[in-house]
Amino acid sequence: MAVCVAVIAKENYPLYIRSTLTENELKFHYMVHTSLDVVDEKISAMGKALVDQRELYLGLLYPTEDYKVYGYVTNSKVKFVMVVDSSNTALRDNEIRSMFRKLHNSYTDVMCNPFYNPGDRIQSRAFDNMVTSMMIQVC
Amino acid sequence: MEAAAAAAAAAGGGCGSGPPPLLLSEGEQQCYSELFARCAGAAGGGPGPGAPEASRVAPGTVTAAAGPVADLFRASQLPAETLHQITELCGAKRVGYFGPTQFYVALKLIAAAQSGLPVRIESIKCELPLPRFMMSKNDGEIRFGNPAELHGTKVQIPYLTTEKNSFKRMDDEDKQQETQSPTMSPLASPPSSPPHYQRVPLSHGYSKLRSSAEQMHPAPYEARQPLVQPEGSSSGGPGTKPLRHQTSLIRSFSVERELQDNSSYLDEPWRITEEQREYYVNQFRSLQPDPSSFISGSVAKNFFTKSKLSIPELSYIWELSDADCDGALTLPEFCAAFHLIVARKNGYPLPEGLPPTLQPEYLQAAFPKPKWDCQLFDSYSESLPANQQPRDLNRMEPTQDVTGDDKQVLKSTVNEALPKDVSEDPATPKDSNSLKARPRSRSYSSTSIEEAMKRGEDPPTPPPRPQKTHSRASSLDLNKVFQPSVPATKSGLLPPPPALPPRPCPSQSEQVLEAELPPQLSRAPSQAAESSPSKKDVPYSQPPSKPIRRKFRPENQATENQEPSTVASGPASAATVKPHPTVQKQSSKQKKAIQTAIRKNKEANAVLARLNSELQQQLKEVHQERIALENQLEQLRPVTVL
Repeated sequence: MAVCVAVIAKENYPLYIRSTLTENELKFHYMVHTSLDVVDEKISAMGKALVDQRELYLGLLYPTEDYKVYGYVTNSKVKFVMVVDSSNTALRDNEIRSMFRKLHNSYTDVMCNPFYNPGDRIQSRAFDNMVTSMMIQVC
Repeated sequence: MEAAAAAAAAAGGGCGSGPPPLLLSEGEQQCYSELFARCAGAAGGGPGPGAPEASRVAPGTVTAAAGPVADLFRASQLPAETLHQITELCGAKRVGYFGPTQFYVALKLIAAAQSGLPVRIESIKCELPLPRFMMSKNDGEIRFGNPAELHGTKVQIPYLTTEKNSFKRMDDEDKQQETQSPTMSPLASPPSSPPHYQRVPLSHGYSKLRSSAEQMHPAPYEARQPLVQPEGSSSGGPGTKPLRHQTSLIRSFSVERELQDNSSYLDEPWRITEEQREYYVNQFRSLQPDPSSFISGSVAKNFFTKSKLSIPELSYIWELSDADCDGALTLPEFCAAFHLIVARKNGYPLPEGLPPTLQPEYLQAAFPKPKWDCQLFDSYSESLPANQQPRDLNRMEPTQDVTGDDKQVLKSTVNEALPKDVSEDPATPKDSNSLKARPRSRSYSSTSIEEAMKRGEDPPTPPPRPQKTHSRASSLDLNKVFQPSVPATKSGLLPPPPALPPRPCPSQSEQVLEAELPPQLSRAPSQAAESSPSKKDVPYSQPPSKPIRRKFRPENQATENQEPSTVASGPASAATVKPHPTVQKQSSKQKKAIQTAIRKNKEANAVLARLNSELQQQLKEVHQERIALENQLEQLRPVTVL
């Protein structure tokens, strides 16, 4: 389902980015990069509101002709961005939320590893497997 | 392995006047490299998989120790003279140690000798079968060059020497009791086979040795069983094999395969043996004395970093072994991690997933250690809450530090509730169980712990109610202290709003306090220090200390009141003094709690009063300036008007 998954650190550099299509990967990178602006906008709009689970999920950031970009931010300002194919019958919001939740859980597992230094690129096989499972769910 | 062998071949060429370049087949390569690793590993150095690349290596890094090498050579059952020749030929005597080249050449020569060829350099140039070592575990499998089985032998590295000795003993016994009837062994096997499978037998290579030895000489397993306890378990396993001991090597091999399939033989490299387990457990204990508790991530990280594996590999091993992903290792997780590290150091590729024999549940079930035999089972579940409690308390402490001063103040009151911690226990294990079960609300669980702490802090405050009626001692003392304000004290039960106490009283009490001040000021410094701990120890204070504290409290507040009064904010000080007499009638604990709140309020009031006075002064000054400016303006104006 997800065509591209990216984990972006607080300082807006990528910790993990992976796309299904190997050609034209750059296009997805670019989309993720541009979506960061929207993410920041939403975060600042949230501002003083209490941050709870629902507001971690930012929803549809922006739709393009072919793709839709969804965003999710954690309490530590780590952002997850997911690009999905528009041609897929519209994925329900709940599905996207559950995918983000899984991402968040796997990310927490990566964090728990004492050999992982926060800020490093994520090189966990478990994380990779989870992302792969998300990507090939329907595709 | 291939790289090592190729390097060895190159190294062999590089030796110059040494043995000629070795051409090893793949099976030979694997066999030799593993044998070399075993012999070197047994030396305790652990050269690691990549070591045999250097041809001329410094002694002590890549050498196979002479002891195990000698044992291995003797195991080939060649005459001593032949072995001497081989050692000379391979060049070990010349260079003084058994490097990889020497070792490989020696192995090749042994194979040659066993095939009947003369021990010459030329003999190793031709294709030879693999050397046979009766004593070693490589017996049988090596002939078929099956790498998968060889993996099983690797596991034995830490205690190779001890087992070799035991091997020798048993082999002697084998030879002596050649005509052992196979029927005896099956009798021994049924009772021991369940433990054989349950208690994680030694590597099946070991058991294969037994079986192959049996083919030559049926083993007196019963005699062996008392020898070494761990061996007893596996001896039961081979005990089933003599049923077919008449068959050829190949057939026994297939039989062993069956048995191994039954016991998930593919996991053999991942099975932890008893001795290994003990070693791991001792290491665990060195890090964490309580065997049923956890090792934190940082401690484990420091420990495993010593193994000198690369960080990504260690990270991956951690991922595999920390099954519940909690950032800490329990004993089975630690053993699994340690075992993976040991395997990796010996050249095994890391598995894609945690092998079933390394799963925590399996490890728990498979190893009821005699020391904590029942403990590991029973107490693991029981102590789970207890363990998680210290863990959660550890977790809670950082969160408490974060949540700020309020918690700390409340903590001091919670200290009183130490006996009431038991009531908190049901709360925290529930929270910890939820943590353990990973409902994925870690942030929430931490907040729930805080709530539990808050809830735990509540109990201290309500109970004082019955003591209200027994406030005799306190009221007596207080009455002594607040004699002048007796009418006010008698009127109040609960702290009424500050406006209630009659106005003259505060002034009276203030005057009294001021009068008291001079004599008390001298005592103030000494006892002010006491008052602050007494404030903290409010729950602990006994009745006798209360009047002292009360004296100081008015004293402190009087000193506070002095300052604002000097700045001419009388009403503020009066307001602060007002609650005094009304508080006296409270029960001890309620009073204390209320008094702490009152004290805070008074301090805040004092600060605000000070601020107020300062601002008023500023206002006065500004007024004066304004007046001055207006005067100036008027003086100037007639000039302009005109």
